[in-house]
Amino acid sequence: MSEIQLVELTVNGERRDLAIEPRRTLVDVLRHDLGLTGTHVGCEHGICGACTVLVDGAPVRACLVFAAQVEDADIRTVESLAAPDGSLSDLQQEFSAHHGLQCGFCTPGFLMLAQGFLAERPDATKEEIREVVASNLCRCTGYQTIVEAVDACAARRRSA
Amino acid sequence: MNEPRFRRDGAWVGASVPRREDPRLLAGRGRFVDDIALPAMLHAQFVRSTVAHGRIVAVDLDDVRTVPGVVAAFSAADLRLGDITALLDRPPHEFVATSMPVLAHDKVRFVGEPMAIVIARDPYAAEDGVEAAVVEYEDLEPVVTDTAALADDAPLVHAEAQRNTLVDVSLFATEGIDDVFADAPCVVRVQTKTGRQNALPLETRGVVAHWDDRDEQLLVQTNTQIPHQVRTVLASCAGLAEKQVRVIVPDMGGGFGQKCVVGREEIAAAAAALRLRRPVKWIEDRRDALTAAFLAREQRYDVRAAFDADGRILGLDADVVCDMGAYSCYPFTAGIEPLMASAEMPSVYKVPAYRVRGRAVTTNKAPTGPYRGVSRPQYVMVMERLMERAARELGMDPVEIRRRNVITVFPYTGVNRITYDPGSYRESLDLCERVLRDEGWYDVRDSDRVIGIGYSCFSERTGYGSGAFAQRKMQVVPGFDISEIRMDVSGTVSVTTGTMSHGQSHETTMAQIVADRLGLDIAQVKIVQGDTDRITYGFGSFASRSITIGGSAVAAASEKLGDQLREIAAHLLEVDVDSTELDGAGGIRLRDDPARRLSFAELADVAYLRAHLLPKGVGPGLSATASFDVAGDGTFSNATHGVVVELDPGTGGVEILRYVCVEDCGVAINPQVVEGQCRGGIAQGIAGALFEQVTYDAAGQPLAPSLMEYKVPTASEIPDIAIHHLETPCAFTANGAKGAGEGGTIGAPAAVLNAVNDALRDTGVELDDTPIAREAVHRALNSALEGTGV
Ligand code: FES
Ligand code: FES
Repeated sequence: MSEIQLVELTVNGERRDLAIEPRRTLVDVLRHDLGLTGTHVGCEHGICGACTVLVDGAPVRACLVFAAQVEDADIRTVESLAAPDGSLSDLQQEFSAHHGLQCGFCTPGFLMLAQGFLAERPDATKEEIREVVASNLCRCTGYQTIVEAVDACAARRRSA
Repeated sequence: MNEPRFRRDGAWVGASVPRREDPRLLAGRGRFVDDIALPAMLHAQFVRSTVAHGRIVAVDLDDVRTVPGVVAAFSAADLRLGDITALLDRPPHEFVATSMPVLAHDKVRFVGEPMAIVIARDPYAAEDGVEAAVVEYEDLEPVVTDTAALADDAPLVHAEAQRNTLVDVSLFATEGIDDVFADAPCVVRVQTKTGRQNALPLETRGVVAHWDDRDEQLLVQTNTQIPHQVRTVLASCAGLAEKQVRVIVPDMGGGFGQKCVVGREEIAAAAAALRLRRPVKWIEDRRDALTAAFLAREQRYDVRAAFDADGRILGLDADVVCDMGAYSCYPFTAGIEPLMASAEMPSVYKVPAYRVRGRAVTTNKAPTGPYRGVSRPQYVMVMERLMERAARELGMDPVEIRRRNVITVFPYTGVNRITYDPGSYRESLDLCERVLRDEGWYDVRDSDRVIGIGYSCFSERTGYGSGAFAQRKMQVVPGFDISEIRMDVSGTVSVTTGTMSHGQSHETTMAQIVADRLGLDIAQVKIVQGDTDRITYGFGSFASRSITIGGSAVAAASEKLGDQLREIAAHLLEVDVDSTELDGAGGIRLRDDPARRLSFAELADVAYLRAHLLPKGVGPGLSATASFDVAGDGTFSNATHGVVVELDPGTGGVEILRYVCVEDCGVAINPQVVEGQCRGGIAQGIAGALFEQVTYDAAGQPLAPSLMEYKVPTASEIPDIAIHHLETPCAFTANGAKGAGEGGTIGAPAAVLNAVNDALRDTGVELDDTPIAREAVHRALNSALEGTGV
């Protein structure tokens, strides 16, 4: 059996100490050790993007990273998007308004992808948004409404 | 189109009400099966076959049990569960019953077949355990293609199925059909093969099971579309009474039919939990989902159609072979695809003479089950290719030939003895063509670019009542739905439905139906689904039946409760029942004196807390139960899809420039949800036309075990889709709705294939298979270039 390692993570602004096997992936730690089940697993091999979280502001596939690799980073998950009183962020609201989700399984991954991207590129065009949305898989929506939701959020932020 | 629309005319039905599911899903607070964690929970993984066909000599789990973290390991011999057997009530020459063991014992029939279950304290250790298993096989020759399966000397996948044929039916054979073909001025033929596909819900299958000592029940939380049927099979496999099994379905990350059959892993994991008296979780990994989950769609058609000189179809003669893989799925059986194709192939067209033979063959590949659209994407593709080919042969416009053949007078009873309820077959076709013309695509088609326009017209039976399924002769006959509505002391209601949302928004749309029937705000309505202890019985969600049948049951129960409320109100107000009505604002009022009213809360207060005030003969409490079944042959949604594609002569790539869908699902309960269903369905249809295929090598080894090889389209490949709604209210449902879940998937492959062929019109090449191979497009374009000396 592999050894146990002490790992300190900062997730959604909170320090968490863990004793885990070094082979434990970030997504498993988030979901099963920290109980943050909003981040999902669709493939475990880096293609679907359902596990996307922000690591120091950049979208990262949490199934491809070992928790031990991101000890000094700032990790953000979908649970950090809504306000503490539960009210949804502008991005989340646009997803609902545009019907950008059906089963909702891919949704946390798309939200974190878009969150990270729009922070970097607030002026992104719809075509650029479509290209980024193409990084993740959704099996329900046909993508159009996800692109529209992200685009509407970008427009809303620009006009705010 | 994207602005949410609210409460059209004060009614909930017809309004694009924002989804009530959204806030929790967007906040990461959905509860999917892998989100469930129970104290002392263990984790399961399966030892799976590495060969396509073999006799199991030994499954040695001794080393597995010594792996650190492994708690137990069971082979079939250890668990001794009953087999899963799906049955059709048909004679032996039409149907051969085969069973699917929960864990393979004597033989393995495909790569990935589960043979043993390993239980460990975490999934990592369970995987370590699986690696330590030693299995000894005696190799048998695999049967990998449908043609090999039908060969005289083919090895048998199941000893009981001669020539590897599980289903062989000839449902229709119009007398004199050979003469029709002999005399016809134009006979065209289409031979086509469609690729094996994976429905691929983004959330893989999974289960958490444990024995609950207080309830004396095996509590099984699993992501299934059919909770009651899972209960039945689990109880029978494990030797429990039905009351000792409770199936609860949490949020579900898609299903598309793949979660509409009873899988063996769920049963094995639950049985292990029962044995160990500890919670056991199994979450399928993507590799297993790609290689061992239920697949669909691999079909071969050889179809001839006779036309008169004016392009009217005179007869249809079809031979359909479906490669069902290793096992017959429960409850639908291996008949699901050939029976669907045989019964419904004439689709929207007036076909006077029809002969069809449909077969299901078994091969050493992962088994198949339902997938969004079931056979209709294939036979619609065949019908639409026949129309196009005849149009070419006769020098007609491809839209015009359809116009001459579509059913326009309803109700229409077809040669397949199905009576179609009214639809807009002709109108949707006209509108779709007009939209593409008005947008100028026909001018673009005439430019130097390699551009084609393609259409598909179809109808799809959505409300399969018991009558329609009885004709299939399934031993399990789905069709009805039962709803129970209960009003609580405060005047709010909860309503059960036997259908099971896995992304289709039932919490919102069902509530819209109830809200209108009772005159309530949807916030006052709770929808209860996916719990076999709380729901009388249900067949779950498939065949677009949820709103048509489930929604009708919900409506009927609501109305019954409304009558009860009126009866109590009439008594309290000392008037005749007939002089009362629902007031649309959560109360009952007098017809002639609307100011005199009682709110539901006031009535509920009497019904529960002051029952002595109730009218004589009316018991305390407020609840009603109603069931609904579709009379007649079902309800038929219809649509026309129109696609513009551009081909790349350099690569053979197909780019979709425009996609227009004109759909008619009767009354749309929530138009935004309907559009979502269309777009998602079309994306899966395009995937089948251009990208996705499950392939095997000659030894039966899967060639697409990860998403690197199995190409699921992304936002780069799926275009924006324009949707136009027509509304022909359904004659057979309580709410005028027809189903809307599958149409997109049904229409897209045909439309895309026709568009590609239109773009190839100058090459002399016609392509009939899907997925459309880039190489074939490339070859066609370049051979034409060479031919013209360019
Ligand atoms: S689960 Fe990480 S990319 Fe699919
Ligand atoms: S909403 Fe179901 S996978 Fe995207």
